[in-house]
Amino acid sequence: MQPLLEQACWDTLYMVGWSTLIAVVGGLPLGVLLVLTDRGGLLQNVVANKVIGQIVNIARSLPFIILMVALMGFTRWITGTTIGREAAIVPLAVGAIPFFARLVETAVREVDHGLVEAVQSMGGNTWTVVRKVLVPESLPSLISSATTTIVALIGYSAMAGTVGAGGLGDIAIRYGYQRFETGLMWITVAILAVVISVIQFAGDYAARGLHRRGGRSGPGPKLRLLKAREPDSPAAASTGSGSGTAEVGKVA
Amino acid sequence: MITTSGLSKVYRSRGREVTALDGVDLHVREGEVYGVIGQSGAGKSSLIRCVNLLERPTSGTVTVAGQDLTALAGRGHRAGRELRRARSRIGMVFQHFNLLSSRTVQDNVELPLEILGVSGKERSRKALELLDLVGLADKAGSYPAQLSGGQKQRVGIARALAGDPKVLLSDEATSALDPETTRSILQLLRDLNRQLGLTVLLITHEMDVVKSICDSAALMEKGRIVESGTVGELLATPGSELAAALFPVSGDASGDDRTVVDITFHGDAAGRPVISQLSRTYNIDISILGAAMDTVGGKQVGRMRIELPGRYEDNVVPIGFLREQGLQIDVQGLAQEPALAEEGAAK
Repeated sequence: MQPLLEQACWDTLYMVGWSTLIAVVGGLPLGVLLVLTDRGGLLQNVVANKVIGQIVNIARSLPFIILMVALMGFTRWITGTTIGREAAIVPLAVGAIPFFARLVETAVREVDHGLVEAVQSMGGNTWTVVRKVLVPESLPSLISSATTTIVALIGYSAMAGTVGAGGLGDIAIRYGYQRFETGLMWITVAILAVVISVIQFAGDYAARGLHRRGGRSGPGPKLRLLKAREPDSPAAASTGSGSGTAEVGKVA
Repeated sequence: MITTSGLSKVYRSRGREVTALDGVDLHVREGEVYGVIGQSGAGKSSLIRCVNLLERPTSGTVTVAGQDLTALAGRGHRAGRELRRARSRIGMVFQHFNLLSSRTVQDNVELPLEILGVSGKERSRKALELLDLVGLADKAGSYPAQLSGGQKQRVGIARALAGDPKVLLSDEATSALDPETTRSILQLLRDLNRQLGLTVLLITHEMDVVKSICDSAALMEKGRIVESGTVGELLATPGSELAAALFPVSGDASGDDRTVVDITFHGDAAGRPVISQLSRTYNIDISILGAAMDTVGGKQVGRMRIELPGRYEDNVVPIGFLREQGLQIDVQGLAQEPALAEEGAAK
């Protein structure tokens, strides 16, 4: 029983590890691109933004088990097989890339536009902005996003047993459910709970550590309160609809 | 040093058009501190962002240090290499500091140098030198979150100076700071202006900022420059709103048979003790109702409101004396005699 569980643990970690890596490598640029190509972004391209957005939405809305079956042809083309751990990594990664990309998009969007402006005023180009501002400044959020992705992937990997990839989920279904070995099932549940807790804790710890070091660069809330006047930002006139209306009123 | 001509900026969003800048002509001389003052929504922020082309003007040209920036390639955010190089020679300081929270103070100051491709050793030498200049040498290893507002702005200034700019743009640099800190930051800007011969263009909504450090000022309203000139020129302009705001005088006549006169001091006449001369020559008692004076470059500039005994008819001669001294005289509560007022200004 113990070698069985041990093997299952390693299978799960192997699949989740690789697919996380691929998801981060693929999802990070995709998420950044979603922000950059959006209206008012540095590489504004509405068509590209819509296309990427739609692909991400479709890929995210498919249930994983269907995605796994639907991607079999693609999986065979990449790994040469549709069965086993390696074969499970392909649909796991494909499912996780858009998932992570959306989280990256949200995190990167949070970065203060003033910082982007500052780097531009120093003569930085878009690549500099991405490398020196968007990614480092959203790093705590990105780490949290990666943690969420890993936890979701562990959930997805339970279905990988369908393609003979093994893993903890597979054990729970085949032994725990189909062979009525309830004890074994609970053990896998406990292992999964521990693994997920450890990953979540490690992710939170890393994100919080970075955040505490950084904090926000704006003025404290006290100063904002003291200053009754609304700071006039040029972006507000072009993007913010609220202040835009106010300005129209003034000009007219 | 900075010249804009016919600068216009129109924002289009969802079919609506908002004119932020409407034909702005600005001329900032080398080595001066130039303040643009205006209310929120007057177009100040758009103006300063058009100067380094963070926003591309709809029409008009911007020339900085003899280089026509509007002619350089690149559109808006997608700035070409030439424009980016030109930008790196213009420092910019922001209202909300815009420091990277993930970097230490020193790394923040090094950022522009990284973009310029300066080597690591040279970068840290320069950054420490600049932090020393702004008085934060001991904070090099701190993170921005650990600094006070004034300290953050000092880091912002050090960062803006990293590329050895000739021009510094200040976008409401002191608006998020308390009065005490504002004074110290303005003092720093003034010192840098003198020590490094830095030309400073600043925008603000606080008259005190213009008053304390600006050599020249412009008043902006609804995307237009309504008044502009050196502080002396503004004072010399009759009815100048900016001069009235910079040197406010108040006080009413203490009785019916009194004449209230506003005297504006500027130019060469300002050095002479005219009030006591007037008092001695005509043997009259003068009371000072209010005064706003400043010493700029060893000369007194400002305005004073005095009260003379007797009605205007009784005081034609003393007022004539003051006009002869080359001072600008406005008699309160009297329909302005345009010819006389002009004569006074011309002298």
